[in-house]
Amino acid sequence: MSTVLRGRAYVVRDNIDTDQIIPAQYLALVPTIPDEYEKLGSYALCGLPKDQYPTRYVADGTAKTAFPIVIAGRNFGCGSSREHAPIALGATGCTAVVAEGFARIFFRNCVATGELYPVECDQRLCDVFQTGDEVELDLDAGTLQQVKTGKVFATKPLGDARPVIDAGGIFEYARATGMIKK
Amino acid sequence: MARAAGKTAVKPGDNVWVNVDVLMTHDVCGPGTIGVFKREFGQDAKVWDKNKIVIIPDHYIFTADSKSNRNVDILRDFVREQGLKYFYDVIDDPNGHWVFDAAKGPMKRQYGDSFAGVCHTALAAKGHTRPGEILLGTDSHTCMAGAFGEFATGIGNTDAGFVLGTGKLLLKVPETMRFRLEGKMQKGVMAKDIILHVIGDIGFDGATYRAMQFDGPGASSLNMDDRMTIANMAIEAGGKNGIFEPDQTTFDYVNERTKFNGTKTAYDPIFCDKDQRFFYDKTFDLTKLEPTVACHPNPGVRKLAKELGNIALDRAYIGSCTGGKSSDFFAFAQIVKGKKVKIDTFGVPATPEVIADLRAANVWQVLVDAGVQMSENPGCAACLGGPADTFGRMNKPMKCISATNRNFPGRMGHLESQVFLASPYTVAASALTGKITDPREYLS
Ligand code: SF4
Repeated sequence: MSTVLRGRAYVVRDNIDTDQIIPAQYLALVPTIPDEYEKLGSYALCGLPKDQYPTRYVADGTAKTAFPIVIAGRNFGCGSSREHAPIALGATGCTAVVAEGFARIFFRNCVATGELYPVECDQRLCDVFQTGDEVELDLDAGTLQQVKTGKVFATKPLGDARPVIDAGGIFEYARATGMIKK
Repeated sequence: MARAAGKTAVKPGDNVWVNVDVLMTHDVCGPGTIGVFKREFGQDAKVWDKNKIVIIPDHYIFTADSKSNRNVDILRDFVREQGLKYFYDVIDDPNGHWVFDAAKGPMKRQYGDSFAGVCHTALAAKGHTRPGEILLGTDSHTCMAGAFGEFATGIGNTDAGFVLGTGKLLLKVPETMRFRLEGKMQKGVMAKDIILHVIGDIGFDGATYRAMQFDGPGASSLNMDDRMTIANMAIEAGGKNGIFEPDQTTFDYVNERTKFNGTKTAYDPIFCDKDQRFFYDKTFDLTKLEPTVACHPNPGVRKLAKELGNIALDRAYIGSCTGGKSSDFFAFAQIVKGKKVKIDTFGVPATPEVIADLRAANVWQVLVDAGVQMSENPGCAACLGGPADTFGRMNKPMKCISATNRNFPGRMGHLESQVFLASPYTVAASALTGKITDPREYLS
């Protein structure tokens, strides 16, 4: 897997909870059924209030987002344990969320599913970046660059979580390390 | 955790493989968990232990939504195929299909004898919570079982699929935050007020990745229902788990429930280390607490009920794992008895046992006479919104006071609705006046 992720950013504020990432009425969709997986992706972040987020994360009538990297404030992914949240983001094409902090279960679900990289950063990036900015996230170097200004911000290392996501989730990782049979 | 990992000691930050004692899943996350299990271990794979898996449909049950009804059927097929012992089905026919009868409506009973209601409350009621064990569930409020002195936390479908196949999971040992409770709660104050106060104190991400330990004389004087209310909401401060040290109150409850239900009665309790080190350590004087409310839009926005008299409400709701236990309805009834609610008020008991308790004490009738719309179908209902026809769901922007545990935007339905979390006393008093009301006015 490439360690540099590029693309346009989608910027959200603090406390984006799992109801905003994937509203509860869509939870009857089962992520392991391929059609329903795609459908979940098309609803990613659709619970964000329209007045504060006029640009939608996934444009109406499409299944894939134009913004592979999400930049957030504190406590991203708080609320329920629904894995539908990182899965909806992954299904629509999100590769990483860079936030000041994550809620625990969301972080864990990103790692377990290998859907996306949950990257922490001490700085308040959601005040610096704007939706649509081109960004470059280098996981090895631990940096996030804003292409238009050339500004570079340090991100925190993923530590133990990195090899699990690189492997594609907890199953692939457990096989690779001999915890379960191949 | 050290014992579950087969080690003599672990320290915060260690990643350890633990052996799981109970895995719980429900209708919303179960089908996905089963999907992960089959994808990874093969179509013919068998679960690691058919006596350690508990499946409790409870979320989207009493709805005409066809996918939701189908999801309960997926659970039933899996239980039959695997020969699982603990499945609290909506219907009694192991080969049947669940179809909600919309014509009967959401208030008339539509379930069979095996149904158990809301998963976390049912786990305790059916004898699946035991001190010293590791309980994982595909639901964030699984931390409620920490009330019984066990390590209990919520996990996602992929992790749960892994546990189904292996009985193990890699967990990071959390640091511990200690909340020492002293003194006695004053009249009109409930366990819900304690936890809302604590979350307001540390912020609703204040315990992220950490364990929240409640101890001291104030904690040991609480009954199991109250401890469950508090442990349930550890996640609302971001906590990994909430935990109470087990004592005679715990043992009595667990022994009674495990014997009555024929579940495993043996357990080996774990007590706190004497030289435990804490990431945070604070004492709370319960005598000083007053009826507390968490305002829209998150559980950390703390105010006192008496400061919010200017907030007019459209409806009131009592129910959920946190607020739908027998003791919650008894408290509610104490306030509304002989009076009439002024706004639409919905009551959803957590389990069938709660309904039986309320009927036996004639409290059901007291609530109905007061104008509360009581549903005979226990479950999550509007606690998390659910499909549009869910009982009590807010389908337009409204303000609701609720005895539930979470109030992020859109939680109970419409994205622009607002939810205020409070104790059953405060919800009841507010239902009578149509404004947020300090219940002490009604308890003189
Ligand atoms: S009652 Fe509410 S909080 Fe409890 S399990 Fe159901 S949806 Fe979750």
